[in-house]
Amino acid sequence: MPEKIATREAYGRALVELGAENRDVVVLDADLAKSTKTIEFKKRFPERFFDFGVAEQNMMGTAAGLAAAGKVPFCSTFAVFASGRAFDQIRQSIAYTRLNVKICATHAGITVGEDGSSHQSVEDIALMRALPDMTVFVPADAVETVCAVRAAVAISGPVYIRLGRAPVPVLHGEDFVFHPGKAVLIKQGSDAAIIGTGIMVAPALDAAEILGQEGIKVRVLDVHTIKPLDVDAVVQAAQETGAVVTAEEHSIIGGLGSAVAEVLGENHPVPLKRVGIRDTFGESGKPAELLEKYGLTAQHLASAVKQVLNRKK
Amino acid sequence: MRELLLRLEAKAKEIRRYIVLMTAAAGSGHPGGSLSAADIVTALYFGVMRIDPKRPDDPNRDRFVLSKGHAAPLLYAALAERGFFPQRELMTLRKLGSRLQGHPDMRKLPGVEMSTGSLGQGLSAANGMALAGRLDGRDYRVYVLLGDGEIQEGQVWEAAMAATHYKLDSVTAFLDYNGLQIDGPVEEVMSLGRVADKWRAFGWHVIEIDGHDFVAILDAVREAKETKGKPTMVIARTIKGKGVSFMEHQVDWHGKAPKAEQASQALVELRRNFS
Ligand SMILES: Cc1ncc(C[n+]2csc(CCOP(=O)(O)OP(=O)(O)O)c2C)c(N)n1
Ligand SMILES: [Mg+2]
Repeated sequence: MPEKIATREAYGRALVELGAENRDVVVLDADLAKSTKTIEFKKRFPERFFDFGVAEQNMMGTAAGLAAAGKVPFCSTFAVFASGRAFDQIRQSIAYTRLNVKICATHAGITVGEDGSSHQSVEDIALMRALPDMTVFVPADAVETVCAVRAAVAISGPVYIRLGRAPVPVLHGEDFVFHPGKAVLIKQGSDAAIIGTGIMVAPALDAAEILGQEGIKVRVLDVHTIKPLDVDAVVQAAQETGAVVTAEEHSIIGGLGSAVAEVLGENHPVPLKRVGIRDTFGESGKPAELLEKYGLTAQHLASAVKQVLNRKK
Repeated sequence: MRELLLRLEAKAKEIRRYIVLMTAAAGSGHPGGSLSAADIVTALYFGVMRIDPKRPDDPNRDRFVLSKGHAAPLLYAALAERGFFPQRELMTLRKLGSRLQGHPDMRKLPGVEMSTGSLGQGLSAANGMALAGRLDGRDYRVYVLLGDGEIQEGQVWEAAMAATHYKLDSVTAFLDYNGLQIDGPVEEVMSLGRVADKWRAFGWHVIEIDGHDFVAILDAVREAKETKGKPTMVIARTIKGKGVSFMEHQVDWHGKAPKAEQASQALVELRRNFS
């Protein structure tokens, strides 16, 4: 069993490292610092940490002003509030202005668990992906999270990083190299491809393992950058395997599945199955129970692969 | 002082003339709220702010955020008069390819500090600039202009609270208290009640002035600079459409351009008044 760490935990640690290296990094939160883990930064650099209380719109707008005056603000709250409550502020004051604001939204998806649907963001990728000039990272594990946070600083302009609450397996080693906008070919295979993002990359690998025992060779592509999407890797996967399944802890409308469908539809149509939340809201439950109920497990992915393989014939 | 006042009056007249000319040429735009705030913005750009049009990115410059972004013609006219770009460019307002977008775009036009247009966001941005200035040990000041309809937006009050919490005494806000919004008088659409008390209750230093009186505007700015530990809100009573008789106090001139004939009448009036 690999070690499990929530991506928000990795984010909290990465922020502290960054804070020590870069004096222009400032961190903003909206009364969720303990949950988003920005509290780690607050403890080390209290003079560069700003809490805005329960006022997400003002937090985003203030971040824009900080960035306009040369700072590198990291804004955190739950994904549902970052992308939903403050969407217009992100659109108008951050994306349209191409300001250097990094939105690190935690508690994305249904693995928020018991808090239920009001706190489970299933549409944030769709919203952020639709914004011109926005970079969208969805790290699969702690290692990718640290890389994404560092890459965000290197990018001059708005970045959205989608992070999770629940601990997830660490997939990558110390030597992992993160190229923004480049998918990671995490497992080679020629019969079908699972293109996954975020916490669904781990079950995608498990699904490939299960199918491998039946002699089905499944490629697994880890898409940590939803935007700009690695079009070449997606098209290549379709060309070389002829059947694609997408995997995301997000609505199948507007997220990774949609992005892949758009690319394949225009470039290389093959049988495709989008595994994700099927146009519905979430509910309360344990993360594992919800993943099971909403069809986001390795078993579900394995049967989705079989469906596309049938259509391939 | 007398010289400065004469200069401000002349500049404000010129800026009002441009507002009429630009919106007429564009065939659309927002003259009413541009004219109501013309004296405030003129005072800031020609009597108050530490800015250098040759160095629009100077990190020590004072900032002005036009939170009520629809008054873009006013901002553009002031920036052109101040030398940020040639006056002739004003006539490209709202045209395809122009740097003078319908609402201000900081990425297109030098001197624009924040892209605005979606109401209610400018005070947050101004606060952010003030926070950054404090972190960097710079002494610049941040001015922001809000509309009275605009402050119905909840975000404004989030920002009002934060400015006090973070003791942003480098922030000076102006409320263009012209009493009108799009659907009618502010008091009928969504009354603001005791607006000065509201800002005071949020911890701001509040000054109430006539927004067309340059001495009062300059005095208010001075008082704001002397006020330590809290931000200042200058509630400026204004007349929407000020300076053009048929536009004054008229809801309808919020977002409508003068026709050629109306524009020439306005220009005649703007020659007569103030001179
Ligand atoms: C968020 C948002 N909602 C609606 C509008 C459309 N709008 C433009 S101006 C305006 C009225 C503004 O009134 P006020 O702030 O009093 O402006 P002024 O009288 O100074 O022109 C409205 C509703 C907008 N620009 N932004
Ligand atoms: Mg008004």
